Amino acid sequence: MMSKTTTALATLAALGALTGAAQAEIRLGVSVSATGPAAFLGDPEAKTIEMLVEQLNEEGGINGEEIALTLYDDGGDPNKARTFATRLVEDDEVVAILGGSTTGTTMSILSVAEDEGIPFISLAGAISIIDPVREFVFKTPHTDRMACEKIFTDMQAQGITKIGMISGTDGFGASMQAQCKEVAGDHGIEILADETYGPQDADMTPQLTRIRNTDGVQAVLNPGFGQGPAIVTRNVAQLGFEIPLYQSHGVASDAFIELAGAEAAEALRLPGTALLIADKLAEDDAQYEVVTSYTEAYKAKYDQDVSTFGGYAHDAFALIVDAIARAGDSEDPQAIRDALEATSGLVGTTGTYSFSPEDHLGLDLSAFRMLEIKDGDWLPVE
Amino acid sequence: MDALLQFLFSGLTVGAVYALVALGFTIIYNASDVVNFAQGEFVMLGGMITVFTYQAGLPLPLAAVVAILVTSALGVALNKLAIEPARGAPVVSLIIITIGASIVIRGATQLIFDKQLHRFPSFSGDDPIHVLGATILPQSLWVIGGALAVFVGLWVFFTRTLTGKAVLATANNRVAAQLVGINTGWVMTLSFGLSAAIGAFAGVLVTPITLVGYDVGVALALKGFAAAMLGGMGNPKGALVGGLLLGCFEALTAGYLSSQYKEAVAFIVILAVLFVMPQGLFGSKSTERV
Repeated sequence: MMSKTTTALATLAALGALTGAAQAEIRLGVSVSATGPAAFLGDPEAKTIEMLVEQLNEEGGINGEEIALTLYDDGGDPNKARTFATRLVEDDEVVAILGGSTTGTTMSILSVAEDEGIPFISLAGAISIIDPVREFVFKTPHTDRMACEKIFTDMQAQGITKIGMISGTDGFGASMQAQCKEVAGDHGIEILADETYGPQDADMTPQLTRIRNTDGVQAVLNPGFGQGPAIVTRNVAQLGFEIPLYQSHGVASDAFIELAGAEAAEALRLPGTALLIADKLAEDDAQYEVVTSYTEAYKAKYDQDVSTFGGYAHDAFALIVDAIARAGDSEDPQAIRDALEATSGLVGTTGTYSFSPEDHLGLDLSAFRMLEIKDGDWLPVE
Repeated sequence: MDALLQFLFSGLTVGAVYALVALGFTIIYNASDVVNFAQGEFVMLGGMITVFTYQAGLPLPLAAVVAILVTSALGVALNKLAIEPARGAPVVSLIIITIGASIVIRGATQLIFDKQLHRFPSFSGDDPIHVLGATILPQSLWVIGGALAVFVGLWVFFTRTLTGKAVLATANNRVAAQLVGINTGWVMTLSFGLSAAIGAFAGVLVTPITLVGYDVGVALALKGFAAAMLGGMGNPKGALVGGLLLGCFEALTAGYLSSQYKEAVAFIVILAVLFVMPQGLFGSKSTERV
């Protein structure tokens, strides 16, 4: 009996070795928060990467080598993310890691990637991920600070100098609130009222009444995501505000208009990516092709609309595929890192990426597009 | 002045949401001394099932009825499958079982439905009603009205009906209740079914205001529980008053003091009240006969 098992095992091992020799593979590791509180980020990210790997392998992989994907769901828990990152490096022997849906999980994966010398592209927002620059760490989403700057630039153009802010107390809202307060002065914007709300609050009219009763407020800015911004938008309409409302990129999705109601959201502005206005992009737009092919493929496979977050994963995958193709050696993490840092002018759904030793985000303000809601749809503001 | 009125409108809206959740706690608590931490999940299910049956093409009132019936059946199932088999266990164990049940329901909901936020239209449109310079949404009136209706219903149930008294008797002394001919197993089934139905009803009413997603139940249950404690656990009047007070504290703090401290102030008030009146505002003093 014993010998039989051993023979079976040996046969299996031999088979494994054979297939391994016949088909070289590029081992790619992913840890995203496909379930748990950050599932709205991780779910589209996981789906996007699975779809893209499948597509790429059908088309013959990178230089004839297929991608072997190992995808873990960290559930938004930084401790699990660290365990999975270690497992990806030690057991699965991946050459690169994508993921880290939230800033918390990214920070866990980041330290493993740095220690082990494995290139890592994060899908989280915080500026602290790439500032200061870490050798092996890159990221695809814009930072909160860039969103603030984009919004303030638009306000300046409208002659708005005094605003009221109402921010969620969740991680996203609090971080963006702090960043906006930091850069407001650079744009000649004065924050006269600074209110907050809990992420699960059902009514924000008291805070908004305070803002309305503050003399001189010319616009309201609401950094946050989840249900908060939708409720703020409805409350602003309920109170009959006559000043413009700005939302953040945190709610840049079609679902937001549905939740807030088209009527309440009319004329609201926010900075978003080209993905949101995929059907309105001009055909000569640099991002037209990549955005349309991604949105169509995703819709066909999952029967869901794409989200900005899935777009971050799309871009991270495009960046790593491009880097591996240029690195020459798909087994060497260091070569892939060097190729990644040399990325120049790669057009993604979020913007056009050009990395440098000083810049591991590689996007500028032009990647954000100022959008306005008109008749329940997004319209680019010229 | 119009600011004060606006704050009070906001407080009443939010407070009525808390009160509806708090009222759901009363029946199960009265029947078994168990604080059912899956109550928030019943509220969430009421909203979620309505959203999806409404999207499937059912008219809104029918979708709401389906949601309430399904949730009520789930409440009965929870009792039959999890609470009844552990009948002899101490109350604390039963409470922990309800926490487990809430995790299961949350997980199942995100698998069966999805992880997105949803909403269905308000019952009477979204045009705010203007009163002396302040505004209130028609849906808020529905929620306040719903809380009052459930309160009156429960009050009549517990004081005027034999079944209601049977529920109270079961909580008071299960063996004695059985001796006088009360079917205590049936009372438990009934109380879980009714509590779930009230939760789902609350979910249907509040979804146009608060929106619904698989994970909204936790926060709702927490606030509802706080409201019930403030008013006095097990007393419908306490649940109603506690909920409305909690909502108004929060709104007034956010309006006059600072929105940063609104929850802190609300909870400090609750602590202060419980310090002076450990049974809550309307809770009956329990006396142990030796």
